[in-house]
Amino acid sequence: MADYPVHTYDVLVIGAGGAGLRAAIEASAAGCRTAVVTKSLLGKAHTVMAEGGMAAAMGHVDDRDNWRVHFADTMRGGQYLNNPRMAELHAKEAPARVRELEAWGAIFDRTKDGRILQRNFGGHRYPRLAHVGDRTGLEMIRTLQDHGIHQGMDVYAEHTVVKLFIDGNRVAGAFAYDRERGRFKVFHAKAVVLATGGVGRSFKVTSNSWEYTADGQALAYNAGAALLDMEFVQFHPTGMVWPPSVKGILVTEGVRGEGGVLKNNQGKRFMFDDIPENYRSSTADNPEEGWRYTQGDKSSRRPPELLTRDHVARCINREVKAGRGSPHGGVFLDISWIKEKLPNSVEHIKKKLPSMYHQFKQLADLDITKEPMEVGPTTHYIMGGIQVDADTQMTAVEGLFAAGECAAGLHGANRLGGNSLSDLLVFGKLAGEYAAKFAKVQATGSVNQSEIETAGKDALAPFERGAAGENPFTIQSELQDIMQNLVGIVRVENEMAEALDKIAKLRERAARAGITGNIEYNTGWHTALDLENMLAISEMIALAGIERKESRGGHFRDDYPAKSEEWGKFNLRIVRGADGHPKLERVPVVPMTEEMKQIVQENL
Amino acid sequence: MAEQATFRIWRGSRGEGKFVNYTTPITSGMVVLDAVHGIQASDANDLAVRWNCKAGKCGSCSAEINGKPRLMCMTRLNTLDLTEPVTVEPMQTFPHVKDLVTDVSWNFAVKKKIQKFTPRAADAADGTWRVKQADVDRPQEFRKCIECFLCQDVCHVLRDHHLHDEFAGPRFFVYAANLEMNPIDSGDRVKAIKEDLGIGYCNITKCCTKVCPEEIKITDNAIIPLKERVVDDFFDPLGGLIKIFR
Repeated sequence: MADYPVHTYDVLVIGAGGAGLRAAIEASAAGCRTAVVTKSLLGKAHTVMAEGGMAAAMGHVDDRDNWRVHFADTMRGGQYLNNPRMAELHAKEAPARVRELEAWGAIFDRTKDGRILQRNFGGHRYPRLAHVGDRTGLEMIRTLQDHGIHQGMDVYAEHTVVKLFIDGNRVAGAFAYDRERGRFKVFHAKAVVLATGGVGRSFKVTSNSWEYTADGQALAYNAGAALLDMEFVQFHPTGMVWPPSVKGILVTEGVRGEGGVLKNNQGKRFMFDDIPENYRSSTADNPEEGWRYTQGDKSSRRPPELLTRDHVARCINREVKAGRGSPHGGVFLDISWIKEKLPNSVEHIKKKLPSMYHQFKQLADLDITKEPMEVGPTTHYIMGGIQVDADTQMTAVEGLFAAGECAAGLHGANRLGGNSLSDLLVFGKLAGEYAAKFAKVQATGSVNQSEIETAGKDALAPFERGAAGENPFTIQSELQDIMQNLVGIVRVENEMAEALDKIAKLRERAARAGITGNIEYNTGWHTALDLENMLAISEMIALAGIERKESRGGHFRDDYPAKSEEWGKFNLRIVRGADGHPKLERVPVVPMTEEMKQIVQENL
Repeated sequence: MAEQATFRIWRGSRGEGKFVNYTTPITSGMVVLDAVHGIQASDANDLAVRWNCKAGKCGSCSAEINGKPRLMCMTRLNTLDLTEPVTVEPMQTFPHVKDLVTDVSWNFAVKKKIQKFTPRAADAADGTWRVKQADVDRPQEFRKCIECFLCQDVCHVLRDHHLHDEFAGPRFFVYAANLEMNPIDSGDRVKAIKEDLGIGYCNITKCCTKVCPEEIKITDNAIIPLKERVVDDFFDPLGGLIKIFR
């Protein structure tokens, strides 16, 4: 009989990005014995990649801002498929979460009167993003890390969870392996918080790190929770396109927030040609007004480069397909032009966008203070994820909570830039708080020994197949091609159906994946174990993508290019059917209260 | 650029091992990490390497490339001589785990010993502070640190003299300086910087500054000012007298 070490906690948090660390801090503060399990070292999670800032209606730069405007912006950005209660909680609580970070040691950029500075971002009516240059995510994760290590939580770095244990309809624990030594561990926990991030590793061109292998979504689904809105994947409009090895690396929206403009190869600012009706009244109709907006003129409207990400990404895609792209298949993003407006533009750009300056200088031999960048869409974020209760973040499985990118609801069909970092904090805190409350009144569920045995045996199977098995890296690479080419930024039914066929074949091959070498820090083994989650969730993205026969937010159908009023009434939910396969259900969107409807009307 | 290049990569576990040569196709703009990944995907599936962001922001892929501590993701092949094999080996200052991966847990333990951020009373009724940008420019420089630990790797006090028990290393002087110079913090870590973190061992050779991928001026802006504070508090006779009579 397998005799793996057992660790017992009140609250187990899986994932140590912004949401996971914030949840763990909250659960620890509530007096719960808390552990955080993370695939990487502490402080390396994908949150460090966030650049632009965290959205919070503090009104430091424009005092017309308040939670109501933020709520309306979030709902409009999400094309009204959002859970309105989550959008309300988020807009109301984000300012307190940002101030709390300062009280824990974060150092934000300042206004002239010494408060936290806020910047413009796409889809946000007023300057709203608290930020630190273009490295806000690093500031956030370091602050949570440095605060968290003194809170009493235990950290299991470089551990991967492969299975949740369920007792009846409640969570009882998790099964993990230690990446460094390859040893298995059993966690018993009264409550579990999933904070594992997204799915971007399943796409070829992505801004996401290797960790984004859809773990939380798959763990929750396998445990009996529901997934929601899985068709909505965000393609960020501006990723690097050259050189090839850096393709997909993010170029922050902050470049456009600071006055950067998008041009095609004819030198035309093409974004002025396509301003959606529902944003027309709030968008500048000439370059001069757009520039004034980026420099803080409250009477000006935002430039069309700061329209929502889904729209800007599609406009770029259209320019490239029409042959008006840049030499390496993108378009031009130019911040250097502001030298016409600011005498000290070189220093200004370096101060406002230091990481971008270094990234292009070092990786592309390009000085962004002098030349335009080449950019194109990159897989960035999934709006869909685990369905949770808006107030408590609990899933359909008792004691199982989810927060951050792996959860669904706040962003609807499209996420606004800056709403992710605030999402992590607001809902990470709530998940930790309610997980702690749950743990305090519940006994620990029981874990079946035979399930532990099976989990261990399954995890070791790739070793038994050895070199004769399929190369896991090859399968991963083929999946990335499939998702990129067939379930990407522009979708059609027959291509997504083709993707489903191909994914089914890849799943058969993945079941034969084999690896060589010993069990210590064996990246081939780790990849072989990641494949199951990546393939299962990719299949669900394609299934939901086929089902939603309209174009909305991050989901654009070439065969159904218009938005449908009928489809605007439903979210798509995926649960495990009786036959063991994913079952799609249409569920009515959560209705807005009368007050919410009024807020939306006031802010159209 | 040649169409393929050879990499001499350290393979093995817990310090035991040898260099193995791998030849892999290369394309324009590639960085060392791309080549390592190419080798991993084709010839060496079990090759251990840490990485996350591939954009110089997470500080995971630290290694020694042709003997120099570097981030693999930010080292472009066109900056290296590809007519010779490129040597890639793990950081030498930390216990070896496997291939390019080392055990950096000591760093996390050191940080935990340093007094945490301790805010002074708020300036405004809503519990917030009023701080000028000019007063946070310096600590913000320190907060750019991505914890790649290359500065720790190169520091001779740790690398050659193994004084891990007595000396915290450049990363943690940067960390301590960020706290000491944060205008909201009210903690006093000067005694600890002298006695527990062992700043006296640093003889300002600036090796750490040279390898910092974030270009933090570790020696000039963090370590020397902290040394000055230590001197002011412990070795300045006039200051000492003033303190006695205060």
